[in-house]
Amino acid sequence: MHTTNPKIRLRGLTKRFGDKLVLDGVDLDVQPGQGMVILGGSGSGKSVTIKCILGLIQPDAGTIEIDGRNVLAMGRRDREALLDRTGMLFQNAALFDSLPVWENVCFKLLAQKRITRAQARDKAAEVLAQVGLAASVGDLSPNELSGGMQKRVGLARAIAAEPDIIFFDEPTTGLDPIMGAVIDGLIVDVVERLGATAVSITHDMASARRIGTKAAMIHKGRIVWTGAASALGETGNPLVDQFARGEREGPIQMELRK
Amino acid sequence: MLNPLSFLALIGGAALAACRQVGALTLFAAEALSHLLRPPFYPRMFARAFVEIAYFSLPVVALTAVFTGMVLALQSYSGFSRFGAESAIANVVVLSITRELGPVLAGLMVAGRIGAAFAAEIGTMRVTDQIDALTTLSTNPMKYLVAPRLAAGTLAMPLLVVVADILGVMGGWLIGTTQLGFSSASYLTNTINFVQFEDVFSGLVKAAVFGFVITLMGCWSGYTSRGGAQGVGAATTMAVVSSSILILALDYVVTAMFFG
Repeated sequence: MHTTNPKIRLRGLTKRFGDKLVLDGVDLDVQPGQGMVILGGSGSGKSVTIKCILGLIQPDAGTIEIDGRNVLAMGRRDREALLDRTGMLFQNAALFDSLPVWENVCFKLLAQKRITRAQARDKAAEVLAQVGLAASVGDLSPNELSGGMQKRVGLARAIAAEPDIIFFDEPTTGLDPIMGAVIDGLIVDVVERLGATAVSITHDMASARRIGTKAAMIHKGRIVWTGAASALGETGNPLVDQFARGEREGPIQMELRK
Repeated sequence: MLNPLSFLALIGGAALAACRQVGALTLFAAEALSHLLRPPFYPRMFARAFVEIAYFSLPVVALTAVFTGMVLALQSYSGFSRFGAESAIANVVVLSITRELGPVLAGLMVAGRIGAAFAAEIGTMRVTDQIDALTTLSTNPMKYLVAPRLAAGTLAMPLLVVVADILGVMGGWLIGTTQLGFSSASYLTNTINFVQFEDVFSGLVKAAVFGFVITLMGCWSGYTSRGGAQGVGAATTMAVVSSSILILALDYVVTAMFFG
């Protein structure tokens, strides 16, 4: 049992889009330094949960606390200060295609004037090396990179400002299994090195076991299970076990129109 | 049988949706303008947008202005010669170009180029999560993407219209001196003596207003686009059509303010 205060605490998080209730009272604690993986099928509310935490979507009800402070009650400056301490790897990397790779990697540092443009090239080379890319990649445009390289550059951008909370949205989606394992390895390495708290969302079980220390399953907008990521598939919870094993038969029924 | 109330509900719903859009657009413009006054500023983004609007629109605006001036001279000659008023051609050309055709045609050309380009670029950023990425990188997307473009559009358009005015008048001069029998000196003297500060100034005010509207509609359409490639395509069309209509409507408003 954890005795420390959670780094992130969600209580009763609710979000509705029109008639569709996407989040139906999500409760979740993420401890400092923990690698939390949120699992769930498509449309189950995983991405909306992360976007609510990051302030990209305003929830209808509930609270989001980070380090004990209610994010939803924060003013603009406090919110910006909070974002300064977070990093995010988007599903499709979301690199700025009008900027070269080195400027993408150091975007936050340049925007905050923490480094000069001359220093940014060296810093980008240093961070790119941490994700296994050569310094010469820094001069390329994002559209010259393969999917795996884009993910690595996205990871480099997420960690360049050395955040203490990092979010990963489907980090291995669209990658071959080997590249997926490489990206997972890099995620584990950088999170460990930074001592950061990581929240990942995925439906890739192999990836979930590799990058997560703890896992939570979201189903129909609610957290239905939390436990050790290593236990996935053998949890005793029929929803989680069906999902982890990818079985067609079970309590989770796909809604198919006939 | 059609219920007359459902027809009224349809009209009411459309009117409410239109009001919501106008309100949202007004708030969007107000927020973007407020970011122009509050740091941090992004001079690189401003410079990039300024060059895109002022420099890369120059060829299309210049060609439009020259040919418009040439056509205006020919048409005026063929019409005015019916009642012996050929000598007024230089005056008509300069007045039409500076007050009306320079800013309006430049505005429509820039709406096609820049409105579409901004809507497509920002719309693509929206549907590929790049705008969300800006937020997570501690950068306000309105401040970074919209405010510099609005400032650049408002300042660049008057410069383009100055060029359009000069080239439009020169187009008229070219036809007047090569085909209509005017001497170069008398054509230019007529032009310079006739044109007044207010003629040019009103055109430049129109240009600034059009520049603001074109960039606003481009940014707004892109920023609010949804639904992948189809959404971006719709945003691009919306930007060009709405800014073109607004240019023509605001042309009347500004003209009425100066000369009404």
